Amino acid sequence: MTLEGRIHVAGAGVISAIGNSADETLHSFRNNLSGIGSITLFDSIHRGVLPVGEVKLSNRELAVKLGDKKDVTRTALLGIHAAREAVQNAGVDVTKWRTGLISATTVGGMDKTEEFFNEFISDSKKGRLRNVVNHECGKTTELIADDLGIRGFISTINTACSSSVNAIAFGARLINHGLLDVVIAGGTDALTKFTLNGFNSLMILDQKECRPFDASRSGLNLGEGAGFLVLVSERVRKENNLHTMGYVSGFANTNDAFHQTASSPDGRGSFSAMQKALAMSGLQPADIDYINLHGTGTLNNDLSEGTAVARLFGERYPRLSSTKACTGHTLGASGGIEAVFSIMAIRHQCVFPNLRFENPIPEIGLIPQQQFEAGLKISHVMSNSFGFGGNCSSMIFSKE
Amino acid sequence: MAVYINGKGNISPQKTWGDEPLLSSPRDYAGSKLECVQPDYTQFLDVRQLRRMSRVIKMGMAAGTLALREAGVAVPDGIITGTGYGCLEDTGTFLTKMVESNESALNPTPFIQSTHNTIGSQIALLLQCQGYNQTYTQRAFSFENVLLDCILELKDNPKQSILAGGVDEITNISHKIEERFGIYRQDSLSSLELFNSTGRGTLQGEGAAYFVLSGEKQNLCKVSLISVATFYKPGNHLLSDIEAFLKSCSLEAGDVDLVISGKSGDSRLGKEADLITSSLFPSSSTALFKHLCGEFSSASAFALWLGTRIIEEQQIPGIILERNAKRPVKNCLIYNPYFNDYHSLILLRAC
Repeated sequence: MTLEGRIHVAGAGVISAIGNSADETLHSFRNNLSGIGSITLFDSIHRGVLPVGEVKLSNRELAVKLGDKKDVTRTALLGIHAAREAVQNAGVDVTKWRTGLISATTVGGMDKTEEFFNEFISDSKKGRLRNVVNHECGKTTELIADDLGIRGFISTINTACSSSVNAIAFGARLINHGLLDVVIAGGTDALTKFTLNGFNSLMILDQKECRPFDASRSGLNLGEGAGFLVLVSERVRKENNLHTMGYVSGFANTNDAFHQTASSPDGRGSFSAMQKALAMSGLQPADIDYINLHGTGTLNNDLSEGTAVARLFGERYPRLSSTKACTGHTLGASGGIEAVFSIMAIRHQCVFPNLRFENPIPEIGLIPQQQFEAGLKISHVMSNSFGFGGNCSSMIFSKE
Repeated sequence: MAVYINGKGNISPQKTWGDEPLLSSPRDYAGSKLECVQPDYTQFLDVRQLRRMSRVIKMGMAAGTLALREAGVAVPDGIITGTGYGCLEDTGTFLTKMVESNESALNPTPFIQSTHNTIGSQIALLLQCQGYNQTYTQRAFSFENVLLDCILELKDNPKQSILAGGVDEITNISHKIEERFGIYRQDSLSSLELFNSTGRGTLQGEGAAYFVLSGEKQNLCKVSLISVATFYKPGNHLLSDIEAFLKSCSLEAGDVDLVISGKSGDSRLGKEADLITSSLFPSSSTALFKHLCGEFSSASAFALWLGTRIIEEQQIPGIILERNAKRPVKNCLIYNPYFNDYHSLILLRAC
């Protein structure tokens, strides 16, 4: 496909382990800070053993801050927090235009469902129903839409860890086809015992702080958060005289079709996602100034993704880093959070650190960006997100 | 641009595959849930593959395979799936084990298969389909989002054949929890009598229906998908939203030959559905279907299968007929409400 007119990014909002807003996040990046630490939000036998990237606000604090949000799931609270920031930042009246909300999540209301299950398992008549009423992924999106006053189009995507990029791409396509004027797109996922134990059962969680793209990497740290962009059509930008932060220039969604959880050794799915995104944008590999890697820190992902990047970009590869060393892997939210980071890289002409890197992966030899660096020329940024089920997505943002 | 329905496969609480005439022997269920009639899955997959798959994945695989076979497509260009709840059985299994074993010694398989995209990705893996792969999960808009995505994809590149479906399963856990919300009938003795007896609540359903959609018409294809729309909390705009939808399709209400209504049989709901069929479409035939498949997030995929079959055969089975206008069915509108906040439209046309 081709994009008829530009799909502009008019606003961005983010919350993660390294900050509750885009400004706080930039401050953390400038100081090369990590948000990884011990579990404090819930009881678990893994507390003190498995490091995680928690948002530094409890449910109660989030509910008070957002106002009137008692019994709302953590995934929705994080989503509302970031989506509100994005909309305020954009300065677009979402009720004036044909506006849609496209969110991504993998856990939905699982945090509350877990509470429900503790009682439900011993007696199926027990457990507070208000704890499961928001279980569905789509319910999370409803809660965000209701908070923002969006009544038109809503959608939720769950393609595991690539979900958010697909949400932003769907939004861009709906604007491109003239069906919507404004789309708030991104994703949200809270840390839950379900995902913590799931990834632990797969033995891909590092008991130390994760080391993406390092030879010594031995797994990921889970994180949580939300990231949303406000996408607007050319017409909205002109009529509202908006100073936009960048635009969506290309994206692609492919499937590795290799294994339910593992990536193919040569990263055929990720290679083709990056290649197709480039083709859509009309750019050459050499035009990309920074890649925000998927870079989970698992043996398999980083080798597979690194192999694909090395094959596509060759020896003169751009600056690249995995910000998951700072935030942890925020699953369905990661593509949204990292889309906001990509836009920040363009807006502030900077790149972000891949913390704790010491030695390159011997098979590929890629050396990521190790320190925050500003004063660069950043015109085109690629962001990768891959997930279980072989879902591979890549997106390119460009400077206006 | 037309989108052609070149193939379809439907695993549902009725026997909706094979050569039988449409709904010739409808199945009646007692109780408040309607579970799918299970085909012999070994005609689609080998025993080794089947062993690790949950029921919902098998149902999706079977429906997808049936659709591809009918369309004569070996590997589609993309796979798009809609599911409100995703893989509930595996989610429930992992959650239960996690609580019971206090987070120790957990088997990863149910976790791996719990994500919503497992159905679409298992089909991709089986077919070695490396193309576009997407999963929507917006409750009762999940399948409508799939169709919208398909329409956009095919506008960009009409040559593609896309496998598009809606899949949801009932589990013992989901039934026990949802029953407590008071949304299902108590003491229902006959599902086929759902609309003949007024009562609070509906019946819980499930199903898997996939379609092969393309911008290019296959020889045997008789039905095209014209448009789809979703309305979240439309309030009192619903009727005008429907009129605007028809206008965008260059149709007037009188052009609609058949309205398939997704009324659930819950006496507390369905007022909009009755208003729509009586005031907006007084001269159209009308039909109901949720006594056959139950209420669930992706029930509109069952309705799309039903509408397609009716247009193909030019016959509306008595079991679904609410009002017979005795018109040939060229334009068929599916209106699907889901509890209070979700309303959707799908327009089909004979081609």
